Amino acid sequence: MCLGIPMKVKKIEHGFAEVESGRLTRRANVQMLPKVKPGDYVIIHAGFAIQILDPKKAKQTLKLLDDPQQFL
Amino acid sequence: MKYIDDFRSPYLVKKTAEKIRRIMPEKEIKIMEVCGTHTMSFFKFGLSDLLPDNLKFISGPGCPVCVSDTGFIDSALELAKDKNVIIATFGDMLKVPGTISSLQRQRANGASVQVVYSPLDAFKIASKNNKKHVVFLGVGFETTAPGIALSIKQAAKEKMRNLSFFCSLKLMPPAMEHLLKDRRVDISAFLCPGHVSVIIGTEPYEFIARDYAIPCCVAGFEPLDILEGIYLLLKQINEGRHTVSNQYLRAVRKEGNPEARKLINEVFRPADTPWRGLGKIPKSGLKIRDKFSIFDAEKVFSVRPKIINQENTKCKCADVLKGLLSPGECPLLGKACTPEKPLGPCMVSQEGSCNAYYKYR
Repeated sequence: MCLGIPMKVKKIEHGFAEVESGRLTRRANVQMLPKVKPGDYVIIHAGFAIQILDPKKAKQTLKLLDDPQQFL
Repeated sequence: MKYIDDFRSPYLVKKTAEKIRRIMPEKEIKIMEVCGTHTMSFFKFGLSDLLPDNLKFISGPGCPVCVSDTGFIDSALELAKDKNVIIATFGDMLKVPGTISSLQRQRANGASVQVVYSPLDAFKIASKNNKKHVVFLGVGFETTAPGIALSIKQAAKEKMRNLSFFCSLKLMPPAMEHLLKDRRVDISAFLCPGHVSVIIGTEPYEFIARDYAIPCCVAGFEPLDILEGIYLLLKQINEGRHTVSNQYLRAVRKEGNPEARKLINEVFRPADTPWRGLGKIPKSGLKIRDKFSIFDAEKVFSVRPKIINQENTKCKCADVLKGLLSPGECPLLGKACTPEKPLGPCMVSQEGSCNAYYKYR
């Protein structure tokens, strides 16, 4: 039930955002994320955006996984 | 950046599983994945098949439906009997058995029970049915609590008079500590819940790692997240360390989401709360503060949930939730207890360990 889906923010209006993932579009409350802006990827849980995903950190994680030296 | 596909790369999954095998100690290691979503990912992606045999996984009490006590369900069923009440609930709650019935059975008998995706959907139901009172069943952990807090604030702002919240919200770290206090529970490390940690950060687990000498790692839910989380835990075990690692860097900050935490503190207060299978745990739940009492269904309808002793039934969910028994060891699994006709809460929820075991094993 703590399922969260990464979705891209398309536009924001009055504390709500239009978010999309593939062909799925939803309306989500973004009041917990004062700094969110269109283009950000957010985690959506039960109709609320609970965090902005950090693309740099995501790339860093993947890079680390692919580099045997760094990982060990 | 593809936040789902990139973290399911078969090449990296294979590589990371190989790294795990390379550093795996000879002794048996038992990792508890606290979160139900981790349990589901484990089975769904067949991760245990990639890992060494002496690495054991125990599903923890991190499925909110599974730990909702019978007394809460019974009270929700009482509320549903009221002809003027519409129950709005997450779908997973429908089949959870109370003492003699479930919301699904009650609905079949004419009660008004509507499934919603978000607490915000309850507003639409309340607006369309202004002669009735809508009760939203607020079940979940720290991940769900801020959304419900925001909804309660919104209800106050809109001066809603026919909407209230019946909450059984729970907090993860006190339950993890409670497990460690039980001498029968044998855990080498905790894989900590990713989305709970998005809200609370990594700091609330630090006392567990420090005081109980248990390595902890916050991890995401894709196969690579879980595998890297396991790797980081094994590394801690091999180096004799016990700290809180954070694998889910793209989503979890040390301080969590301050805005969400502020909402929780504003609307709720910590309270001693009963957990199915675990009993009453001090300060492990959230109750609506008096300031918002007109939106608290417990106050509006004078509901006093009873604590029901689960030991009286043949259901082994209590032992499964503590990791004392694997779902496969329960004599009822797949026979008297199936997802179509669940006897225990771990079979009801899609995130329940018995449900996942039945479906994927």
